[in-house]
Amino acid sequence: MAINQFPLPDLGEGLTEGEILKWLVAEGDVIELNQPIVEVETAKAAVEIPAKWAGTVVKIYVPEGTVVEVGSPIIAIDTGGPSAPVADDMSQGAAAQAEKAAAEPTGGLIGETTASGRTAVLVGYGPRVTAAKRRARKSDAPAPVASAPAAHAPAAQVVAPAAPARPAVTPPVAPAAVAPPTGANGHGVLAKPPVRMLARTLGVDLSGLTGTGPQGSITRDDVQAALTAPAAAAPRAQVVMVPGERETRVPIKGVRKLTAANMVASAFTAPHVTEFLTVDMTRSMKALERLKANREWRDVRVSPLLLVAKAVLLAAQRHPMVNSSWDEAAQEIVVKNYVNLGIAAATERGLIVPNIADAGRLSLRELADAMTDLVATAKSGKTPPSAMSGGTFTITNVGVFGVDTGTPILPPGEAAILAFGAVRETPWAHKGKVKLRQVTTLGLSFDHRIIDGELGSKFLRDIGAFLADPEAMFLAWT
Amino acid sequence: MTKVERAASRRGGKRSGPPEPEFVQLLTPEGERVSHPDYSVDFTDDELRGLYRDLVTVRKLDAEATALQRQGELGIWASLLGQEAAQVGSGRALRKQDMAFPTYREHGVLYCRNIDPIMPLGLFRGVDQGGWDPVAHRFNMYTIVIGAQTLHATGYAMGIVKDGKVGDDDETSEAVIAYFGDGATSQGDVNEAFIFGSVYNAPIVFFCQNNQYAISEPLERQTRIPLYQRAAGFGFPGIRVDGNDVLATYAVTRAALDNARHGQGPTLVEAYTYRMGAHTTSDDPTRYRVASEVEAWQAKDPIVRMRKLLEKQGIADEAFFAAVDEQAKVEAVALRERVLSMPDPDPATMFDHVYPTGSPLIDKQRAEFATYHASFEGSH
Repeated sequence: MAINQFPLPDLGEGLTEGEILKWLVAEGDVIELNQPIVEVETAKAAVEIPAKWAGTVVKIYVPEGTVVEVGSPIIAIDTGGPSAPVADDMSQGAAAQAEKAAAEPTGGLIGETTASGRTAVLVGYGPRVTAAKRRARKSDAPAPVASAPAAHAPAAQVVAPAAPARPAVTPPVAPAAVAPPTGANGHGVLAKPPVRMLARTLGVDLSGLTGTGPQGSITRDDVQAALTAPAAAAPRAQVVMVPGERETRVPIKGVRKLTAANMVASAFTAPHVTEFLTVDMTRSMKALERLKANREWRDVRVSPLLLVAKAVLLAAQRHPMVNSSWDEAAQEIVVKNYVNLGIAAATERGLIVPNIADAGRLSLRELADAMTDLVATAKSGKTPPSAMSGGTFTITNVGVFGVDTGTPILPPGEAAILAFGAVRETPWAHKGKVKLRQVTTLGLSFDHRIIDGELGSKFLRDIGAFLADPEAMFLAWT
Repeated sequence: MTKVERAASRRGGKRSGPPEPEFVQLLTPEGERVSHPDYSVDFTDDELRGLYRDLVTVRKLDAEATALQRQGELGIWASLLGQEAAQVGSGRALRKQDMAFPTYREHGVLYCRNIDPIMPLGLFRGVDQGGWDPVAHRFNMYTIVIGAQTLHATGYAMGIVKDGKVGDDDETSEAVIAYFGDGATSQGDVNEAFIFGSVYNAPIVFFCQNNQYAISEPLERQTRIPLYQRAAGFGFPGIRVDGNDVLATYAVTRAALDNARHGQGPTLVEAYTYRMGAHTTSDDPTRYRVASEVEAWQAKDPIVRMRKLLEKQGIADEAFFAAVDEQAKVEAVALRERVLSMPDPDPATMFDHVYPTGSPLIDKQRAEFATYHASFEGSH
């Protein structure tokens, strides 16, 4: 014989007691699983309770009309099998409890208040006034986490902005000591989406930054600071700011050293000439718009630089001599029948000039894809050295920095370089009227040993002609 | 006169016999097949028996869950009693590639999506978060917040369009169904979902089970016009179907889903039904509705009429009905035993799935929590 006692369950959400309205079975009855055995009314509902086990009713502990606390046994059923686990306090007798509870009727209707001060509600949690039973605390337990609010005090964040304040786990542990460097804690970098977007746009690698925001997250300011302070990016020369010093000494090394050597070598071997041309490229911008609207170009990144590159490639076909180099040792001018088109890119590592090999053979679509790849690779700092050698002609897109033009210095071994300035809405004479047009300035520097003023001017004029009317020139030249 | 009767009297005293609304019906409460000019079904005998078995099984499993709550084994349970046909009809109308967004009451749809019925019980027992794979079963997690899932569903449907997965054939093009109740139609979320679904022509079916009550609040406090007519104001079709008729619900839902997958945009389906039980186990419906109203709906029971049909058509006998009942009982007992043997989770697991890759803040909270727990004597 196995006697199982059935305690009154919490029939609603967070109820503490219920009134036995009516017993549907009597002692000695044989009952089935889920057979209704009793009607109970709580502050929320009057419900029938189905039997949890099949068997014989051995004992009914609580008479009708009494209020019982949740958890007190109300009935015992002989299931014939092994007994269910019985809680320690069940033997204390529900009857005594029932007597106590009977003196305190429940509020039957919603909104009514019981003698004990609880308000009956339809759903949700009625306020309970009984003391909760809980396990005792260990005597040597650390103080409860009541100290946490103190860690939220603004002072904590002001004192240690680099190591974000974290609420103390336990008082003996200093907040700053347990704060791991953000990004290096195995959890990835914390930054809001707009900040990530900004970092992507500016080419800043978030994983190298220390956040000053909440929980060590990286803020917009952190990203901006990383861009402006050369010290922030690891591969760059470290700038050591010592308060009080009026000068800062930066070691010349890495990309900076290489750039300097190239510039000096170029500037003092090839006599530079620079010419400028201001072009109305409104039609080019419109052509780009139409290109973007084309389904096949939907996912392609197109920019004015793409058309400038195309213009250079087509013009170079018409004037092959600009795509050449001076071989001092052999006393020869090497005219190249291929164009490895260099695109100067500002990256975290400094200026690099990767090139697109054989760009002259690419279709416009292929050229666009190659440029997208090139820029993405350069921004991520993964440009291999092979992609930076062998360039034959270079474009420097100074317009992205908001300037109009410049006098670029030739990469060593190349005979010409084009600076592409910002495209601005400018009042412009157009068909006999002054109109607002999309205007840019091109600056072409060339090696005067190879290229005379006439050739350089014709080459620059052709680039301008293409940008002024790309469709017509495309038809005329290809 | 009791308080409830007075309330019924104020509402015009019609609650005992509500006026028959116009709706699509293919099977009357008496088990007669009727035809409809726009909707029809063509089920084999096997399929008809299968629908009957679905209805009986989901009701039995639901009753078992209610009993388990009354016995203290579940924290709460939202019974589907009375809404079996609306759920099985629409659930079976889904094609395998379709995506469903349920409330917390869609146990019948969950069953039709071949999800183990133990899954929601873990949620309501409080030992897990209801751990089925929404992607594998094409059935999202239960949503407790009223109406919130309609926006999720609409966004999902807009995504289908962007993926180009509409407008091809029935076997590959996708559609979405969003479940909600009559009470949810008063929520801002649902109205926003209607607007987005409409203007983006999203492949979605808004499936409203009008069970007449938002907990205790009757339908006439939600709307002055039949709910399905609201769709017109948002610019898509609405239709009311007899939600206690599994055949009509299937036909209407299947047509609406196929329209959606063909690129015809959303449809609001109002399945007109009745919640025979309480809103949840925490609710007592006798406090706000009269017995005569419940009796009137009992006569329209979705399972009884299906059984009558099978008997009339001579495609099922007593042995079949007994076997279905017995099988349902076996499944219910098995479900009970599995619920009782569900282990209590380690309290620290609540931190496990907050972020896919963790977070320093969560690590700290987990450590704090462990320290706090360790400060007590004995085991929890």
